Amino acid sequence: MLIKKPADIQPSEITPESVYRRRREFMRDGAMLAAGAMLSPLAAPVALAQQGDALKAAAPAGLTRTPPAPWWEGKFEHVQPAPSEEPFYTNESLTPYEDVTRYNNFYEFGMDKSDPHNRSGEFRTEPWSVEISGEVGKPGTYHLEDILKPHDLEERVYRLRCVEAWSMVIPWIGFPLADLIKRFEPTSRARYVEFETAIQRDAMPGVRSRFSIIDWPYREGLRIDEAMNELAFLAVGLYGSYLPAQNGAPIRLVVPWKYGFKSIKSIVRMNFRETQPNTSWNDLQPNEYGFYANVNPAVHHPRWRQDTERRLPQTLFSRQVIPTRLFNGYGEQVAHLYKDLDLARHY
Amino acid sequence: MAKAVGPSARTRPGPLKPAVFSLSLLPLAWLVWRIAGNDLGPDPVQELATATGEWTLRFLLITLSLTPLRQLSGRIEFVRVRRMVGLFALFYACLHFFIWMSLLLAFRWSAIGEELLERPYISVGFVSLLILIALGATSPKAMVRRMGRNWKRLHRLVYPAAILGVVHLTWILRTDVGEAALYGAILAILLGHRLWRHLTR
Ligand code: HEM
Repeated sequence: MLIKKPADIQPSEITPESVYRRRREFMRDGAMLAAGAMLSPLAAPVALAQQGDALKAAAPAGLTRTPPAPWWEGKFEHVQPAPSEEPFYTNESLTPYEDVTRYNNFYEFGMDKSDPHNRSGEFRTEPWSVEISGEVGKPGTYHLEDILKPHDLEERVYRLRCVEAWSMVIPWIGFPLADLIKRFEPTSRARYVEFETAIQRDAMPGVRSRFSIIDWPYREGLRIDEAMNELAFLAVGLYGSYLPAQNGAPIRLVVPWKYGFKSIKSIVRMNFRETQPNTSWNDLQPNEYGFYANVNPAVHHPRWRQDTERRLPQTLFSRQVIPTRLFNGYGEQVAHLYKDLDLARHY
Repeated sequence: MAKAVGPSARTRPGPLKPAVFSLSLLPLAWLVWRIAGNDLGPDPVQELATATGEWTLRFLLITLSLTPLRQLSGRIEFVRVRRMVGLFALFYACLHFFIWMSLLLAFRWSAIGEELLERPYISVGFVSLLILIALGATSPKAMVRRMGRNWKRLHRLVYPAAILGVVHLTWILRTDVGEAALYGAILAILLGHRLWRHLTR
């Protein structure tokens, strides 16, 4: 794999139009061949992002993925491409698909960065339902198809900053969290949203491990005004294609101004409540992981230096180490949420 | 323990030492191979830091297993290579440390100083490294002779060095302590064997 230092790459190089065209044709041809060969709409792997010309980033040429279920088909056909300016887009070079999908923290599948890719094959994303509970007008357990139905999907290119001091730039597909929350009519007592990750013991070696010291299932939370912020996003895809299991299939949170662990994956429950929920990392090591976990180079972390970050991918000879920015560079959109908060105390 | 080391241990020239030497270089060769093939993944620096750290600990544990192996098997060969294997632990520790200083912290000395003092897992690793350096520096035969009984006393520090290595690792782990449990169990067996021999002698 050829990897360049992001600074060496011109934005025009990232998404050369001719390549897209070729990819598009390749994928269309591939899809037709596959469909012709099998004639079964379910069995045929469908090439996605056919409108990849318009999207900022398409799946790599040749990538075809089987839809998790028939109802997913067509979901990615009318995705609104990301605009061309911040905050929903950044012209920093994208982290390649292979790295976004092979270098993950998803401890349910194992401790190594490659485990989520290598050991998530048994994970089932269909049928999938999400329980909406607590302080809402319309609680219930909804099938994912119904959750997604009213939402138009859009593309967003966000920076992702992990607390381990590495970062990526990822083109997500999804819709604003606020739009979903409004549908379920939270009451005035809904001051926090609590999220929970699916747990499938048989498909999750990390959960089965006898040496696991975390209390599964994984839980995260946001203050309601954070959840309603325009940046907070529910992703169902990346690079114009379905989310792979290791990236949080079938639906995950993306809150780009917070450390990556806040962006909870494979969501099965959203609970609206009046009091601040417990979150997994905060329970495990409160001195290391706070409830807010806003990206902040000025707040000391006991484990990793937060003043710089390694932008991935790197090679040994072209390493891009860049200064970490307050709120991961999204201060304009979110700083007002914390104007009355001592960020050093509420880390 | 440590009886067979030093001036009295005569070394017959043979293939043993070159073989162990070559084997001990394999982890390094593997890393160089992966560097050359650009096969360290998207975060190569982290990968190198982790790999060299793990090899340091493995070599330390192998070093500590040689005396018990010799006692159990009666074969002197095990302790003949003990100094060399121990020096390889030091070698991988130095690589580990150098990768951390250069690639992870880019020789920002103030940052390096802060890290050494403020992060317990780094401080612990550093103490372990200092011990290994002291042991390496006093490992030549001439030093063994010159130091007499103090040599043995000093070299008992290899136990805390290994314990600190496991503590360092445990501190780094996130949601699963399986790896630390494995290394810790091996270390406990190795130290337990010594304690048991000491008490039953
Ligand atoms: C000043 C000395 C040392 C420093 C600065 C240092 C630093 C580090 C760092 C930064 C990591 C990676 C942490 C991460 O995954 O985020 C690491 C990993 C590791 N270190 Fe060290 N270390 C030192 C000495 C040692 C020594 C002496 C040993 C062995 C006795 C050791 C064993 C390990 C092991 C086994 C790992 C791998 C952890 C894993 O599997 O993730 N280190 N060290």
